[in-house]
Amino acid sequence: MIALADQLLVLVLLINFVSLGTSRLIFSIRAVAVQGVILGILPGMIHPFTWHLVGITVVNITVKGFVIPFMLVRAVRSAEIKREVEPFLGYVPTLLLGAVFTALSFSFAGKLPMLQEHQNFMFVPASIATLMTGFLILTTRRKAISQVIGYLILENGIFIFGLLLAEAMPIMVEAGALLDLLVGTFVMGIVINQISREFSSLDTSRLTSLKEE
Amino acid sequence: MFAALIILPLIGSAVTWLIPFDRMRPKILSLFAFAHFGLTIRMLIVTPPESPGGWFHLDALGKIVLLSTSVLFLTCAVYSIGYLYYRRERSNRMLCVWLLVCLSAASMVTITHHLGLMWVALETTTIAMAPLIYFNRNARSIEATWKYLLICSVGVALALIGLYFLAYATIVARVEPSLLLDDLIRDAGKLSSGWVHAAFVFLLVGFGTKMGLAPLHTWKPDAYGEAPGLVGALLAGGLVNLAFLALVRVYQVCIATKEIAFFQNALVVMGLVSMVFAAIFMARQTDFKRMLAYSSVEHVGIMAVALGLGGTAIFGALFHVLANGLTKGVLFLSSGNIHRSYNSKNTDHVRGALRRLPWSGGLFMAGFIAITGSPPFAPFISEFTIISSAFIQGRMLVGAIFLIALTFIFIGMALTVLPMLMGDVPPESETTSYRDTFGTVGPPLALLLVVFLLGVWIPGPLMTLLRDGSALLEVPR
Repeated sequence: MIALADQLLVLVLLINFVSLGTSRLIFSIRAVAVQGVILGILPGMIHPFTWHLVGITVVNITVKGFVIPFMLVRAVRSAEIKREVEPFLGYVPTLLLGAVFTALSFSFAGKLPMLQEHQNFMFVPASIATLMTGFLILTTRRKAISQVIGYLILENGIFIFGLLLAEAMPIMVEAGALLDLLVGTFVMGIVINQISREFSSLDTSRLTSLKEE
Repeated sequence: MFAALIILPLIGSAVTWLIPFDRMRPKILSLFAFAHFGLTIRMLIVTPPESPGGWFHLDALGKIVLLSTSVLFLTCAVYSIGYLYYRRERSNRMLCVWLLVCLSAASMVTITHHLGLMWVALETTTIAMAPLIYFNRNARSIEATWKYLLICSVGVALALIGLYFLAYATIVARVEPSLLLDDLIRDAGKLSSGWVHAAFVFLLVGFGTKMGLAPLHTWKPDAYGEAPGLVGALLAGGLVNLAFLALVRVYQVCIATKEIAFFQNALVVMGLVSMVFAAIFMARQTDFKRMLAYSSVEHVGIMAVALGLGGTAIFGALFHVLANGLTKGVLFLSSGNIHRSYNSKNTDHVRGALRRLPWSGGLFMAGFIAITGSPPFAPFISEFTIISSAFIQGRMLVGAIFLIALTFIFIGMALTVLPMLMGDVPPESETTSYRDTFGTVGPPLALLLVVFLLGVWIPGPLMTLLRDGSALLEVPR
């Protein structure tokens, strides 16, 4: 099963590139939702069956696959925007950078001492590559929604790493982290609505009244 | 005991949420703040035993931060009765509810020894503060809230991956996988240095963002500038200390892994960079709340440098937690009053505050003198301890940069503060209904007295607490 889980990570990496390369916000949100669902299934594939694992899987899939994407899609619709226009860095350069970061994360992960049973899998490189993708989207896009998408991808990267730590992370902590993510995104959703009302656009580069001269 | 400390504010939060009267809520808030303070004092005197499993454990370091948070929160809660009377134009429900949620999460950070749980609580304080920064509901405050929420969430997320690295290091070392501080310290010698190094880098960046160390401080001036005075006080005097405590926990693990030199150097560099940044941006600042934000960048820098120096500077750092936290309370609360009175926080409009508001203006002046490290106030003691420790250890360059930055900050701050307080009130200045009352002046005045008292005399029990805390952070040679 763990080998299959490893193959699913390839899909996760592909979705990273999809969200790096697309300008359509709704499409990007859907892609991240799919990524969330895949990640939701993974713990069930690598850990032995327990009821609380079922609980975590269900909560994960509902939150990342449905609740958060639903909130974001609603925010996009109510703000009546479809595309990310004029990112700070074009799509082709960001895709190339994404590829470079992915390659780097594989070589970086190769240098870290791994546990024998994790040696041949790509959890660590996939985690770091996803983290970097999230960071890239966060820093190169203008729209508030895109930045939230970047944040979600970043959190997904952290989640992949968390898969290696089942025993070290008690359920309360894991649930707390998930709850914080949910509430955080929820609050971001509210703020996005306020931004679109106040500035009649979701362009965060218009948020400049506080700039230091 | 531990549960009570966390649940009590949550009950208060539910109660304030249910109450439909705006005028009642701040009083309920103060009531719960008093109860929390009482509980804190009791826990300081009679230390509760460690909880089974070791998740909750109140040590000297936690006690210092808990004490400063509780005192500051109590002051802000009492101040809110007087302050919110002038903000009747909007409902204060969300403000009171989230303040108490934040207090609950803050208490959790101070009493837990489980790093994962500490992370959850710290992230909760980040989220709970967002609606508070957005209290004014205008374009500027939404911009500040967005920046704050995004930068701090990403920062704290990076800290989470740092914690994961640390946990994985325990798995690789085949010791009991755990994120309990005591387990980590016990097994630290066996952890693989590759993972531990990577973990420390991420943790420093993550918690450093939350604390506002330069160059990760960019959210700070906006958030502090746009938040109401009492929220600014809690951000600058409360949340900053929680992030500092998180860094201190990492530091404790570092000492045990013998990787401490690397972490210490990083702290000194980041701290000095923060101080220099603050000195540069402090000059010619025309917004007095943003100026206070840069002062906060300076003081987290001071705490980071002190932690990085080690030795006797640790005592200074721990004392600075109290001194800086409480002095920031005086400054933000009195600046809130001045802001109310002039309906502006731009120093082009705010002139002659001492004449218009002798009490608030005087408090702001005293706060300015205290925060720049002048005797006889508490920050003088802590900063002096840190500087002398730097020179005793032979770190001449560090000490010199530290002193030069302090001098420039003093000049920069004086250039903003003095014109604002002295002279005559400009005739075209807006008149508002705000008058200094006991409700809005009493709380910061009480804080100032505490800051003054701590500057001339540190009570015995507090001294023991600070000594015990420093002993926990001693680096074996």
